[in-house]
Amino acid sequence: MFQRLGEATLNSFEKLGRGSCFLWFTLGGIFDVAARPGLLIAQIYSVGVLTVMLITVSGMFVGMVLGLQGYTILSDFGAEETLGVMVAASLVRELGPVVSALLFAGRAGSALTAEIGLMKATEQLSGMEMMAVDPVKRIVAPRFFAGVVSMPLLAAIFSTVGILGGHLVGVGMLGVDDGAFWSQMQATLDYRDDILNGVVKSLVFGFVISWIAVFEGYDSLPTSEGVSRATTRTVVHSAFAVLVLDFLLTALMFGDF
Amino acid sequence: MDEAESGAGCLVTVRDLVFRRGDRKIFDGVNLDFPRGKITAIMGPSGTGKTTLLRLIGGQLRPDSGEILVDGQNVHALGNRDLYGLRKRMGMLFQSGALLTDLNVFENVAFPMREHTRLPESMIRILVLMKLQAVGLRGARNLMPAELSGGMARRVALARAIALDPMMIMYDEPFSGQDPISMGVLVKLIHELNDSLGLTSIVVSHDVHETNTIADKIYILSEGKVVGEGTPGSLTRSTSERVQQFMTGAPDGPEHFHYEAPDYSEDLLI
Ligand SMILES: Nc1ncnc2c1ncn2[C@@H]1O[C@H](COP(=O)(O)OP(=O)(O)OP(=O)(O)O)[C@@H](O)[C@H]1O
Ligand SMILES: [Mg+2]
Repeated sequence: MFQRLGEATLNSFEKLGRGSCFLWFTLGGIFDVAARPGLLIAQIYSVGVLTVMLITVSGMFVGMVLGLQGYTILSDFGAEETLGVMVAASLVRELGPVVSALLFAGRAGSALTAEIGLMKATEQLSGMEMMAVDPVKRIVAPRFFAGVVSMPLLAAIFSTVGILGGHLVGVGMLGVDDGAFWSQMQATLDYRDDILNGVVKSLVFGFVISWIAVFEGYDSLPTSEGVSRATTRTVVHSAFAVLVLDFLLTALMFGDF
Repeated sequence: MDEAESGAGCLVTVRDLVFRRGDRKIFDGVNLDFPRGKITAIMGPSGTGKTTLLRLIGGQLRPDSGEILVDGQNVHALGNRDLYGLRKRMGMLFQSGALLTDLNVFENVAFPMREHTRLPESMIRILVLMKLQAVGLRGARNLMPAELSGGMARRVALARAIALDPMMIMYDEPFSGQDPISMGVLVKLIHELNDSLGLTSIVVSHDVHETNTIADKIYILSEGKVVGEGTPGSLTRSTSERVQQFMTGAPDGPEHFHYEAPDYSEDLLI
């Protein structure tokens, strides 16, 4: 039993090591990506733009729920005016980066892993190597950087639409004062504490999810089962990493240690 | 020993190659010479490691010991940049074709040109159509790889392998899955590429007949060793039992059709 545990630990450290090497090579591909922005833009389209619809609809509903819940609690204290602050702060600080990252992992991360894994299983990556085209630079790097760039933008869309959703419910349906909703929000939300920290979070999430996704794809066993397992691992590990990192980052940013 | 075998006129030389997969020795001290400008065939039963050999030559796998020289350079001592530089001058036709499934036939053939050259679009179009014409698939340029038959995919892969006019091409089973007509065309094409461009070709094949008509030299591999080598004529006249069995395709002989297995009747009765 201890032997099994030890073995599993060793294996995961070994994988972490391989993953770090792989990340290093991928980051090295930035020059190739910079030299051919067309590749990056095509990937931003498939990784990012195709996720916008999902993010928008989800952001809308999350914002509407926040409006409803927030109103019920705040009205007990007669503080409905601060609804805007509550909705915006929870979205920008937490829900925007985290929920959009989870959605991103499920929608785009899994697709990246499956795509790269399948290219490996069908020998396309090895064929490319023999054509003297480095698949890490040509296939992996553009996808990775597209993920890193898209994530903060998606989180921003999520938060913005969420605030509008909260406004729709709070002001439109429950009768909170329109002016108070916006002015309280503007007065209380801080550029550095709230907005910038949210952006930093989503950058970190985008980096980690994209890393996990491309590495799992590249490292998958070249079989249908191998690819399907790698895809599952991407979603599970990404979600886990996002939640843990969110706690750590929040503690670093807002905690008074 | 003629000049080719001394190693001087050889584009690719394999020396004392040892390669293992797990505990199994795929190659156990193999020496091979591939003379420049000639067609050399590798034959051998399925699973002896012919594809593995091509991957070793291309630098995708590392030998456990021994060395492989391509154009005077030790493939496995090269840095990444030099290895990629060398690969630009090697073409390889994969057994599975390995076409990029997201690109159509035209774009697949254009892929190496777009990656490695700065040719204008009009030039790429002309070159791609010439390569496709050579393999008889100019009309299929707009099809996606999923819409091709196995044999057609192989021919597109061949067009792609010759896209950059390499100094050598490694063909992994170019004839399997081809009808007699395209087989004849392929044999002629491989010959023409060799004669007109002075390419060095390595052909892996099971087709004894086609290989005999095309190859200048044949190696027969089995169980990690070279069991026969020579011109097609000399091998056909060879007195070695193994070579005879392979050249005539007899099911019984020193070569076994079956992968290592326990006794059949015992296996069934357990
Ligand atoms: N990825 C791998 N892992 C472990 N063993 C492998 C792997 N790939 C191939 N082998 C083993 O190596 C041996 C040689 O395989 P290879 O594909 O080179 O055979 P081949 O001579 O090309 O056969 P064929 O004529 O059927 O294509 C086989 O016995 C196979 O079991
Ligand atoms: Mg093979």
